[in-house]
Amino acid sequence: MADLTITQAGIELRTGSLTASDLLERTLERAAFTEAELHAYLTLDQDRARTAAAQSDARFADSEPLGPLDGIPIALKDNLCTRGTETTCASQILSGYHPPYDATVVARLRAGGAVLTGKTNLDEFAMGSSTENSAYGPTRNPWDPTRVPGGSSGGSAAAVAVGSALAALGSDTGGSIRQPAALCGVVGVKPTYGLVSRYGLIAFGSSLDQIGPFARTVGDAATVLGVIAGHDPLDATSWRGEYPEVGTHLETGVAGMRVGVIRELGGEGYEPQVTETSRRMLDQLSDAGAEIVEVSIPTCDVALSTYYLIAPAEASANLARFDGIRYGSRVEGGTAEEMMARTRAEGFGPEVTRRILLGTYALSAGYYDAFYGQAQKVRTLVKQQFAAAYEKVDVLVSPTSPTVAFELEAKTEDPLAMYLSDVCNIPANLAGHPAMTVPIGLDTAGLPIGFQVMAPALGEATMFGVAAEVERLAGFVARPPMTEVPT
Amino acid sequence: MPIDIDIAHVARLARLELSDSDLDLYRNQLGVILEHAARVQAVDTEGIEPSAHPLEMTNTFRPDEVRASLDRDEVLSQAPESRDGYFVVPPALDQD
Repeated sequence: MADLTITQAGIELRTGSLTASDLLERTLERAAFTEAELHAYLTLDQDRARTAAAQSDARFADSEPLGPLDGIPIALKDNLCTRGTETTCASQILSGYHPPYDATVVARLRAGGAVLTGKTNLDEFAMGSSTENSAYGPTRNPWDPTRVPGGSSGGSAAAVAVGSALAALGSDTGGSIRQPAALCGVVGVKPTYGLVSRYGLIAFGSSLDQIGPFARTVGDAATVLGVIAGHDPLDATSWRGEYPEVGTHLETGVAGMRVGVIRELGGEGYEPQVTETSRRMLDQLSDAGAEIVEVSIPTCDVALSTYYLIAPAEASANLARFDGIRYGSRVEGGTAEEMMARTRAEGFGPEVTRRILLGTYALSAGYYDAFYGQAQKVRTLVKQQFAAAYEKVDVLVSPTSPTVAFELEAKTEDPLAMYLSDVCNIPANLAGHPAMTVPIGLDTAGLPIGFQVMAPALGEATMFGVAAEVERLAGFVARPPMTEVPT
Repeated sequence: MPIDIDIAHVARLARLELSDSDLDLYRNQLGVILEHAARVQAVDTEGIEPSAHPLEMTNTFRPDEVRASLDRDEVLSQAPESRDGYFVVPPALDQD
């Protein structure tokens, strides 16, 4: 029963054949059964979740549910502020931090009756592609615990994959929702920049960060996005125009649609089974009536370099707030500056330190124009080239990641190799466009392969429609071996 | 060629008190990452305006109205040290 989708659970909750409390207990049982090996959660908020589930049951008893997520157990990446529940960003520097407010997405989920199960593991401050950069130990891949779940939202992806949550929220700065979703065999969505409020998301790269859902199905992901999206006066970058209808085009199919394949996102460096499975999906889309068009977006070749200047530059500014004064840990020093420098050196892990140094350098006098300034100009070119591509096609597609889940420690000593794991994901962040991944199969070792669908800004309705067709064509129903209860 | 950077200067700017061996490690790793990142310099950006943001953004204004802020005691409860409603920090200047 922990393997119910949100849609199925919603029906059962409304017909009374299931209570929110029962659904929560089954979900917590699944967590109890998998967590020792998986470590998807940093905090399981069982008491508050039980209270929320009981309140949900009272609403269903009165036939007054708050919406499609009432009573649904949902997990939150631990870089989303939750009032009264520890929020660490998987960093030592925020150990013990209890935010005095809820992130807007958290407030929206609570207002929608969702049962928040707890806080999931991540790469420290969302910097990484394997969840190995957590100060509290890595999360494992549910399909093979010797492998990583991807990252940075690895805990959210793993929890949804095993059913210790029916959905989860993550954040995606350069693939941090889509890559772990692909490696864990679930659906993951990075919405258009500005569609979901970032208020209360502890910032990494403010012009790139976007919150989005993980779910088992495209329909469930649309349901969650529908609840968390919306204008928020507390986020100055929140979209002020009309919002796309994300859940209403799931049955439209792809007949007559133009699907663009990005030439630069494939070939050398892509595992043969990833390439082959993606190609098979293109054939199926073609059979379903889509016109498959190859398009070239040359700046995809330098998107990764561009990202690794812009994101660390923004991070170095955002993480200046962790100075041992207002929150988090402190290491004493004779002067304020000494205290700050010691607090930060001790509180941040190696990847975060590396990116702060990288960003500080890229922004520093004498290097700004050659690195950060030039990267911002290339970003303009990325936007222009994607805009030109969308003149010719309705959506763009690619593999979500060049590889399936890799082994723990395979890339920890080589930062650049780790960064390459997000090469297919980063262009959408630079352009601010929506992109999502759908699981389309397993390789011969039983590891999931994801397929990425991208659309122009605010093109979520089209993107979800194509993703739903990809989901139908793939017919992916496999479950991680870890979820099999021994008999 | 990896790019050689004055890592001690950068660490000072970033307020990170790192050991000599850590500084060495980061200097080497950043040199390799920057060599890759420097590929952006080969792109012809003649006449291209920089983008600070993905979408067209304009200033957001709101009425200047009094409203509730975060609870002061709850906020201060998260600080390493506070007194009489203030955050407490060591002296900003060396007192010698």
